[in-house]
Amino acid sequence: MSVARTVGRWLDDRLRVGAARDFLAHKLVPVEHSIWYYFGGASLFLFGVQVATGVLLLLYYRPAPDSAFESVRFIMAHVRFGWLVRSLHAWAANLMIAAVFTHLFSVFFLKAYRPPREVTWLTGCGLLGLTLAFGFSGYLLPWNQLAFFATKVGTDIMGEVPGVGPVLRFVLRGGENVGGATLTRFFGFHVALLPLATTLLLLVHLALVQLHGMSERLGDSARTARHMPFYPHFVLREVLVWLAVLAVLIVLATFFPWELGQKADPFASAPSGIRPEWYFTFMSQSFKYVPPRLFGLEGEQVAILGFGAVFGLLVLVPFLDRRAARGEPSPLVTAGGVLLLGFMVVMTLLAYFKPY
Amino acid sequence: MRPVAVIVAILLLVAGGPLARAEDTCVDCHKELPEPLGPPVEGMKRDVHAKAGLSCADCHGGDPKDPDMSSMDAAKGFVGKPERARVPEFCGRCHADEGYMRRFNPRLPVDQLATYWTSVHGQRLRQGDTNVATCVSCHGVHGILPASDATSPVYKMNVPETCGRCHADARYMAAYHIPTNQLAQYQRSVHGQTLLVERDVAAPACNDCHGNHGAYPPGARSVAAVCGQCHAFNKDLFLASPHHPAFDRLGLPECVTCHGNHLVMRTSDEMLGVGATAICVSCHAPESAGYAAAEQMRLGIDRLKDAVSVAEGTLSRASAAGMEVSEAEAALQSAREDLVKTRTQVHAFDAASLVKMADAGVKTATDAAHTGDEALVELRSRRWMALIPLAMIAVVGAVVYLKMRSLDEQGPSSR
Repeated sequence: MSVARTVGRWLDDRLRVGAARDFLAHKLVPVEHSIWYYFGGASLFLFGVQVATGVLLLLYYRPAPDSAFESVRFIMAHVRFGWLVRSLHAWAANLMIAAVFTHLFSVFFLKAYRPPREVTWLTGCGLLGLTLAFGFSGYLLPWNQLAFFATKVGTDIMGEVPGVGPVLRFVLRGGENVGGATLTRFFGFHVALLPLATTLLLLVHLALVQLHGMSERLGDSARTARHMPFYPHFVLREVLVWLAVLAVLIVLATFFPWELGQKADPFASAPSGIRPEWYFTFMSQSFKYVPPRLFGLEGEQVAILGFGAVFGLLVLVPFLDRRAARGEPSPLVTAGGVLLLGFMVVMTLLAYFKPY
Repeated sequence: MRPVAVIVAILLLVAGGPLARAEDTCVDCHKELPEPLGPPVEGMKRDVHAKAGLSCADCHGGDPKDPDMSSMDAAKGFVGKPERARVPEFCGRCHADEGYMRRFNPRLPVDQLATYWTSVHGQRLRQGDTNVATCVSCHGVHGILPASDATSPVYKMNVPETCGRCHADARYMAAYHIPTNQLAQYQRSVHGQTLLVERDVAAPACNDCHGNHGAYPPGARSVAAVCGQCHAFNKDLFLASPHHPAFDRLGLPECVTCHGNHLVMRTSDEMLGVGATAICVSCHAPESAGYAAAEQMRLGIDRLKDAVSVAEGTLSRASAAGMEVSEAEAALQSAREDLVKTRTQVHAFDAASLVKMADAGVKTATDAAHTGDEALVELRSRRWMALIPLAMIAVVGAVVYLKMRSLDEQGPSSR
């Protein structure tokens, strides 16, 4: 006991652990919170899983067109627990994107973006973009047929962005077509650029969450609401959620191993029924309903501008929603969110059940 | 006035050619005439010869510039309609003239007339039988189309019908005492189905085996050479096999002995062996060496087929469960290729070499199936092993939950 105390004092003198402990001891969380408060934490946990499994995959993965597919196949067939690591990485990626979207919409509908948490919201939006970029870049890395053509279509759509499109497409592809240069740069983005950017933004996001504490429900204030200590009361609940997510991940990875498919063949024709990963289908599906020409522009360009405008409004919502800022209900903003969520759900369902 | 005169002169010079061409008195008169003298004018509009710039007089002679009946004077080279027996030479005046043909289509062969005389048709025509096919019987007349034109009677898919117009006509063929069921049989055969139903022009029509201008039934000793034009491996194996000298000695028509000719069907493993449907037993008596070889060959193929099918089942189950078995699937593909090769190897009629080949494939397929079995065992063990971390999570979760409950009960959860 005295040894532990000695070590503790030694550490406290040098690292000021006590300050952190004091902070935790005084940090409070509203008692009246719901399941929706846990998706940020779940996203964080899944990000951790991605970092851990991603580093393990790096030990064997080779980012070149003639060896990428083979190295992933080797990981799945011959590396001890390679199948598990790869399957966990693929499933956790999808769960993370689902968790991040859920986190976004729960914060949106709880109006937790209202002052003083505008910057937290902005960094969150940035993290959403980075998460989607992780998904888009990671999808290509196994260099299989579906990923190859999905990347082709995806970068083609980016090429339609008015003005910067063609340059953006060229930079992403590393040339005119999807090829070896695309694979190596997507790998670079996926394991260097995006992790660095995400870590930095995540630190700011988490620091701001600690600074402002958890948002009260609209109408409650820090004084009127009942609270529980963050540590250990809330942390234990968080741990329970993380354990549940881990259990779900293990079941998915074991019972539904992520498939590898066929190796990409740039000269083959695109496989039928091709569609992007599920989290991009709401966009790809809605492109199908846009007329070829609209307002003197290509239909797809209009759709891209439309999505850009909606995302812009979403990012700026803390500054636009003046009623919530005053602590009043803002049904108009809620209705807009419901409309957007409904649109995304309907388009995604259409993409899977009635694509044409 | 002078510029106008120059323009008129230029126009006359430019238009002079076509105007002179249009002055074809054959066409001018014949287009007004009833059958049979009028329709050739209409037919010639799509004729390959007209498209090459030829007209009536280029075949029939005469003077197309003369508007009177004197245009058809023998003195003006008029030959009119050739007698049926003279048709081959009539066409051959140009088509056997290499120097002339080069002006139109240098790639077109010029040996049609020479080979025609070697054909049964040509030989009988020389003997005075004018019922046999001549050039126009197959190619038509006044409206002749290149063989590459899908509406031509000699376009690949139309050839069987074209030959069948005579050869499937029992009344027409009665005098020749040859069968007339070739077209009906061909249409049911694997070749006919492939060409006519699947519309795959790689499949042979009548002329691919019999020749066209030199049409002749292949003799018993040239069958393998004819079939071997496409089935090259089978031919080589057959020619080196013990069946080749034996069939020649017995006067049996090589490939046709087992596969038939016009009614050649898609082969199956049922043709091989000593069962009720096997062809081998129609010659090889029980307890003969050939009988035993047939039995062994069939057993070899069946072994390989079964091994491939077992491996397919195992690997598809493993693959459907998400196990990575693509290397074994590649090995299985090589076993499937072994099966194709083994079936071809039948034509060597050497049981030992076939069994050796089949058993190599069996080993490949069995190894692949073994990999699939291992993958399925691994899959089951993975699912059981997953219970360990899940149980650990459950235990930790329960402890956390109890701790949480006790904290909630004892501690002040609000402030």
